[in-house]
Amino acid sequence: MIRVSGLEVTFGRGTPLEKRALQGIDITLEKGEFVCVIGSNGAGKSTLLSAIAGDVLPTAGRIEIDGIDVSRWPTAKRARLVSRVFQDPLAGSCADLTIEENLALAASRGQRRTLRHAITHGRHEAFRARVAELCLGLENRLKDRMGLLSGGQRQAVSLVMASLAPSSVLLLDEHTAALDPGMAAFVIGVTNQVVVESRLTTLMVTHSMSQALQVGSRTVMLHEGKVLLDVRGEERSRLTVEDLVARFQNVRGGKAIDDDALLMG
Amino acid sequence: MRGSSFRRIAIGVVVIAVIIAVIYGSSAPAPGEGFFGRLWPILNEFALWTAVQLGLIYGFVALGVYLSFRVLDFPDLTVDGSFPLGAAVTAALIVAGVNPWLALLASIAAGGVAGLITAVLSVRFRILHLLASILTMYALFSINIRVMGSSNLSLARQETILTPISALDLGLTAAQTRVVVIGLLLVLTAAALAWLLTSSFGLALRAAGANPRMARAQGISTSRSTYFGMALSNGLVALGGSLFAQTQLFADVTVGSGTIVIGLASVIIGESLLRSRSIWITLAGCVLGSVIYRLVYQWALTKDEICLGFCLEFRPSDLNLIAATIIALALILPRLGAGRGFR
Repeated sequence: MIRVSGLEVTFGRGTPLEKRALQGIDITLEKGEFVCVIGSNGAGKSTLLSAIAGDVLPTAGRIEIDGIDVSRWPTAKRARLVSRVFQDPLAGSCADLTIEENLALAASRGQRRTLRHAITHGRHEAFRARVAELCLGLENRLKDRMGLLSGGQRQAVSLVMASLAPSSVLLLDEHTAALDPGMAAFVIGVTNQVVVESRLTTLMVTHSMSQALQVGSRTVMLHEGKVLLDVRGEERSRLTVEDLVARFQNVRGGKAIDDDALLMG
Repeated sequence: MRGSSFRRIAIGVVVIAVIIAVIYGSSAPAPGEGFFGRLWPILNEFALWTAVQLGLIYGFVALGVYLSFRVLDFPDLTVDGSFPLGAAVTAALIVAGVNPWLALLASIAAGGVAGLITAVLSVRFRILHLLASILTMYALFSINIRVMGSSNLSLARQETILTPISALDLGLTAAQTRVVVIGLLLVLTAAALAWLLTSSFGLALRAAGANPRMARAQGISTSRSTYFGMALSNGLVALGGSLFAQTQLFADVTVGSGTIVIGLASVIIGESLLRSRSIWITLAGCVLGSVIYRLVYQWALTKDEICLGFCLEFRPSDLNLIAATIIALALILPRLGAGRGFR
């Protein structure tokens, strides 16, 4: 469960470059809910995600995860509640460590890291089984460097990493944006599987309007740091990409979407 | 990633070629001597044992520098101060009548504190890591003189950790005894370090250095990792300093100058010879690199000219130039390779 109330984030406060990235966000995600967040560049999608993850501390407002106020917690402390997959496939894992070592790092997320060997026999077998579920043949490459994998493979492994240790929230930051369409579809499939199996409350930022409507159970549109649209259920299933674009143009005073044609995808 | 096999081969070839070329080119061309004949008789036995012994002592420095430079990605110049700090603390305590093993432990602790200060300056107070380490190193010069009460201290006729072992009469020369004792300590230390770095805790340390953002997302406090890693790194270097004082029987504030370069050279030589993802092999490489560096150094001290086609008068003071050149080349070459293949 995530409850965000009155969340404001201002970058460079008091300077000429002041940017009010989030201007009062109120949003509650029930346990197990899968929410897609969409918006144009600068709408505040990634800032919202970073604020929940702890990379950005709120200027005002409150963030609760599972009823715990985490507003002032640093990222590392929140990690026992929050797992994450980044947009850049290189960001979510260590290229110079092996697949197995990366999995071991993630398996200890939010737990005490002891002086016991990181990769025990039991862990090795468990990792093999989990990675085999991806059907990418990676279970035989656990001792390969992570850097040898393709972007899509790394994102798939990152999703496995995100689900190894217990957490209640999964944050996905445009995690398919850097992938080709085929691989993106595959990674979305893995995402759905992980979310359902681990019953995670999920917040996915996406650039693709069609993805925002097809994936998950609820769609939230941000604009200039505020929630513009929040639909779920039947209302959501009736929405088309064209409707979204129309709503979008509405708030812009009828101006066409000029900044990113990507939204149409 | 970017041409890692090219990088490995390039560094290896350059380092080995430079070493061989210098040795080969400068040994006197005696008639009838084969290629290897010219390479081999480069050190007499005494010089050889001295070199190995210093190589092992600086092996601790190499382990420490590997930890800061490679694991934590923290270019740490504190070591130029923590090596003599280790020597100074040991010398002062032994002169004061403290048990040499206790003095050794105290040196490790002192080095750890020095590393911690650098880490706090950098992490907590956001001073650029390089500058933070320079500040600590600079301050340690004064500290070291305070610790010893003067700029140097002799340990002649004092008890060291080697005294009881030498008394056992194992049929070894003094130099050989030192090599055996230091070698054992080094093997134990390297094994402990390898064990640490392959544990869950150590894996977190490596992740904090390799990808801090990912590490934080995995619940690893990167600042705490840096504190611990820097303290450990400088503790190792100070341990080297302590052994230096106990084997060379003196401590001097100036023995630290260039420690970072020696450590880095050892790490790079080791990486080029034994490049592996295995931590055990990598750490063995650091130690091997340190011994090789010292052998070349010791050999160079015996030369008075270097002939590479033409002959140059050679002075021991030229070694800094040679070491810096080798390190620079080893750092530049992989980039050239990467630049060609990608982008």
